[in-house]
Amino acid sequence: MIWKNWSVRIGGTALALLIVISMTAPWLGTVDPTLFDAASRDLRPGQPGEITTLEGETVKHVFLMGSDSFGRDIYSRVLYGTRVSLMVGVSSAALALAFGVVCGLAAGYLRWLDGPLMRVMDGIMAIPAILIAIAVVALWRGSLPTVIVAIAIPEIPRVTRLVRALVLSIREEPYVEAAVSLGTPALKIMFGHILPNTIAPLLVQGTYICAFSILLEAILSFLGVGLPPDIPTWGNIMAEGRVQFVAYPHNVFFPGIFLAVTVLAVNILGDGLRDTLDPKMAKRV
Amino acid sequence: MRKLLAVVAFAVAFGANGQEKVLRVVPHSNLNILDPIWTTQYMARNHGYMVYDTLFGTDEKSRVQPQMVDKWTVSQDQKQWSFTLRSGLAFHDGKPVTGEDVIASLSRWGKRDAMGQKLMTFVEKMDSPDAKTFRIFLREPCGFVLEALGKPSSNVPFIMPKRVADTPADKQIEEAVGSGPYIFRKEEFKPGDKAVYVRNPKYVPRKDPPSGTAGGKHVYVDRVEWNLALRDAQSQVNALAKGEVDVLERPAFESYEQLKQIADVRLVTKDPLGFQYMGRFNHLHPPFNNPKVRQAAIAAMAQEPFLRAQVGIKEFYRGCASMFTCGTPYGSAKGSEIQSKSNMKKAQELLKASGYDGTPVVILKPTDLAAIQKLPDVAAQLLRQAGFKVDLQAMDWNTVVSRRAKKDPPAQGGWNIFLTAWVAPDIWNPLTNAAIGGAGEKSWFGWPSDAQLEKLRDEFARATDDAGKKALAERIQARAFEIGTHAPLGEYVNPLAVRKNVTGWVIGPGDHYWNVKKN
Amino acid sequence: MLATIPVLLIVAVLVFLLLRLTPGDPAAIMAGDAATAEQIERIRAGLGLDRPIVVQFGIWLAKVLSGDLGESFYYRIKVTTLIGQRLEPTFALASLTILIAVVVSIPLGVLAAWRFGGWLDRALMGFSVMGFSVPVFVLAYLLIWLVSLKLGWLPVQGYVRISGGFFLFLKHLILPAITLSVIYIALIARVTRASVLEALGEDYIRTARAKGLPEVRVLVRHALANAAVPIATVIGIGIAILIGGVVVTESVYAIPGLGRLTVDAVLARDFPTIQGVILFFSFVYVAVNMLIDLSYVFLDPRIRY
Repeated sequence: MIWKNWSVRIGGTALALLIVISMTAPWLGTVDPTLFDAASRDLRPGQPGEITTLEGETVKHVFLMGSDSFGRDIYSRVLYGTRVSLMVGVSSAALALAFGVVCGLAAGYLRWLDGPLMRVMDGIMAIPAILIAIAVVALWRGSLPTVIVAIAIPEIPRVTRLVRALVLSIREEPYVEAAVSLGTPALKIMFGHILPNTIAPLLVQGTYICAFSILLEAILSFLGVGLPPDIPTWGNIMAEGRVQFVAYPHNVFFPGIFLAVTVLAVNILGDGLRDTLDPKMAKRV
Repeated sequence: MRKLLAVVAFAVAFGANGQEKVLRVVPHSNLNILDPIWTTQYMARNHGYMVYDTLFGTDEKSRVQPQMVDKWTVSQDQKQWSFTLRSGLAFHDGKPVTGEDVIASLSRWGKRDAMGQKLMTFVEKMDSPDAKTFRIFLREPCGFVLEALGKPSSNVPFIMPKRVADTPADKQIEEAVGSGPYIFRKEEFKPGDKAVYVRNPKYVPRKDPPSGTAGGKHVYVDRVEWNLALRDAQSQVNALAKGEVDVLERPAFESYEQLKQIADVRLVTKDPLGFQYMGRFNHLHPPFNNPKVRQAAIAAMAQEPFLRAQVGIKEFYRGCASMFTCGTPYGSAKGSEIQSKSNMKKAQELLKASGYDGTPVVILKPTDLAAIQKLPDVAAQLLRQAGFKVDLQAMDWNTVVSRRAKKDPPAQGGWNIFLTAWVAPDIWNPLTNAAIGGAGEKSWFGWPSDAQLEKLRDEFARATDDAGKKALAERIQARAFEIGTHAPLGEYVNPLAVRKNVTGWVIGPGDHYWNVKKN
Repeated sequence: MLATIPVLLIVAVLVFLLLRLTPGDPAAIMAGDAATAEQIERIRAGLGLDRPIVVQFGIWLAKVLSGDLGESFYYRIKVTTLIGQRLEPTFALASLTILIAVVVSIPLGVLAAWRFGGWLDRALMGFSVMGFSVPVFVLAYLLIWLVSLKLGWLPVQGYVRISGGFFLFLKHLILPAITLSVIYIALIARVTRASVLEALGEDYIRTARAKGLPEVRVLVRHALANAAVPIATVIGIGIAILIGGVVVTESVYAIPGLGRLTVDAVLARDFPTIQGVILFFSFVYVAVNMLIDLSYVFLDPRIRY
């Protein structure tokens, strides 16, 4: 049924394509994205050049999307970057959802925990997401797990609120009251009755978090507090190439397009899922 | 209301009609510390050169010349030096510069600067018999008194009023009152936004032509504004292209391609001696606690790949086999064969023969310092080709600076290699070059231990004849290569990018804004 | 209103802990390249970083409650002074951005809802999704390249204070504000469209149209007015996104504002400034949302506090 929706079709197909690219990157005419050769610096898209492998041999290579100021192949970096960017997006979303669900269930079901937990969530929400992310990544080292956690943290409060609101409304339902009076343990109620009803809105929320995460990673890289450049991400490639934007726009152009298309696809997918799974959410963003 | 009217009047008088000449500079970094004795940061040094003056300067041929000093004499036994100051030297608060101010300033500088500390070990006492004279009494002859007093780079022995120089050396000074060609406008200083300097109308420049940090420091503009907010490299180029700023102090190498094509902009190689890259080993922990492994690494780290990757523009770089700077008195190639006459095959053999056991080499890579960002990647690639296991760890420059101060093992927050760049004056003799020291834990980060090196440096400090100094410098360099203190990685220049109507750039190391004209 | 105090307190604790428990030593940065380990230790002690965490927190909290946010490690001036200097640019940028965003997005959203399902609706919503999907700095570079370099209409960077002339101030601010407003427009337009759509489905709309009221009146006086609450809400929530965008925009356009201050402070491990600015931002966020909550009274007569 969800497949009938046009947005889901377009978004889903684009995303599937990107996932396929990310998995088959080594076989799509790429080279090791970290290899560089100063002789091949700043080549325009389509120009041929050379790459020196770690074993010391020099290989001829056509730089489909040009090369950066190191002499690295942008095409390879963009394709390998698909992996990392998608992974960052999905992992942060998954992490934020997981924590948010646990906190939301706890806050909604355990009244004594509700007050303090929601105050902490308010506190986190009051700090701008980007500042939390910058602080976490800059103050610990910029590695993949650090960046994923840093991007997930600001999203947790919103998920918590969502789940908590759902819990509070479902809790009053007659079948839940019945289960309680039958002596069903709290955990079983939470996971057996409440959780299944949260899946649809959570899925929708998750896609939006994924889109935001991919963008946030690019911004972190731009500010110099993202993933280290030997792990190529679209944000990284743009951040390194921004110095030459006017002279060699291909550094920013190609990863930028991939980034925009991916985020667009995820957003459209989210819209489609929301329209089919949870029309009530159409009013909240 | 009155204040508003005054501001408006001022703005109308000066801002609107544009008769005031304002030089708008984009410096290479942010200015946060205003005490050039307390820190070695180049920005503080540059601020110092605007606001303060020095006893001696170094000209573009690396010769020491008098600046604030008029005449000086040395006693027969070379143990008593007597200096007379020029007339007309006054601080910005109107008070004349006296010998007491000089002595207080030198004492404070002598507590912080490495060369100054060395100098002070020779000094018995200093005094000022009258206002325009000061004397230095040495325990034994010292071969580098003038080089120390005229050293162009960090820390520069700037002369401050006695009341300011009496601030303890481990506290920062509160005022920026000097006797230099510009006056610092503290009330207009907005950190991270801009720093403002105005012409000092009472400054009396020397009569000789300007050269390096020596000669007459004439000022031909009314105001200099340092734009501290413009940090994005592409925005800097755009701003220069549109004439919104006049000077880019240190353009990123990637920017030159675009800069060369802008009609109203030209490149000025103000500092032909330029900078030198270096790769520093941590001598305390494996694998670089083994000198043979260090030698293998130096053999692998040929200079050309670093220069090509980081600088890229052939006219701007050159290989240099010396640990001091090529083109300066001590810039010889003695002892450098381990690097200059090497190749990857040799490096691989050396590594095998050294007994290297596969310990990963932790290289610190700064992600936000465009000037040296590519060096660690080149180092990693070369070392890997030689057979090393490499762990390239990326972090921002501030974290690099914190980590390299740590003596812990690499796996616990320490390091094995970091890379950096020095301006020529900071490394051009064995006494200023912080990397050539063998005092173990008391040395600069890396902490090499070698009694012979220390002995040679002491001899150099005592040598008073040029030929003797040269010979000792060669032996010092040979020894440094032998024990592998660090790997010199080539030299480069970083030309200024300026609007065509800005002229008068003084040739010499460092960033100086006297003599600059805006037409 | 009282709820703000515990929230801010929690923000304070969170930020303080985050900073103190991380690697990276402000003392080593300040000491410069050629410093020795002893010199760095002395600086640490001078900054008070060698005391136990709880003591440091207590001292800081006491100062905050008396209005003193401490002194920046990096610049050695009071944090309150720093914030004061940087407030005008950020506030000006944010205000102009919100103004542009609201003026552009609400009509767009109403239009899209009115022509629901048609090509205009799809086109507008398509553009708005794209507005979400492009990172701010890419948009900034594109706009600078097009408007400032190629067309030469506006300056590429810099900020001019209002005291330097209103026209110049506006000239330097308009491009950054447009750049930043795009994502905000996208957000508000979507919510406007959704809320107006819901309102348009209500009975009173049919009544109004049956009465023969002009369509504009129907849309604005009846549909939009009823949709006002969720729109106001999203403007409030969007402040957080706005602050995020401000950081990047200030970097590209060299605007010396609070966003740039925070990034520099984080990179320099300038704890007092980071704490002070985050506390300040949180306070603003809470205050703005409180104002928006209050505005509901005007927007929806059914709401009473």
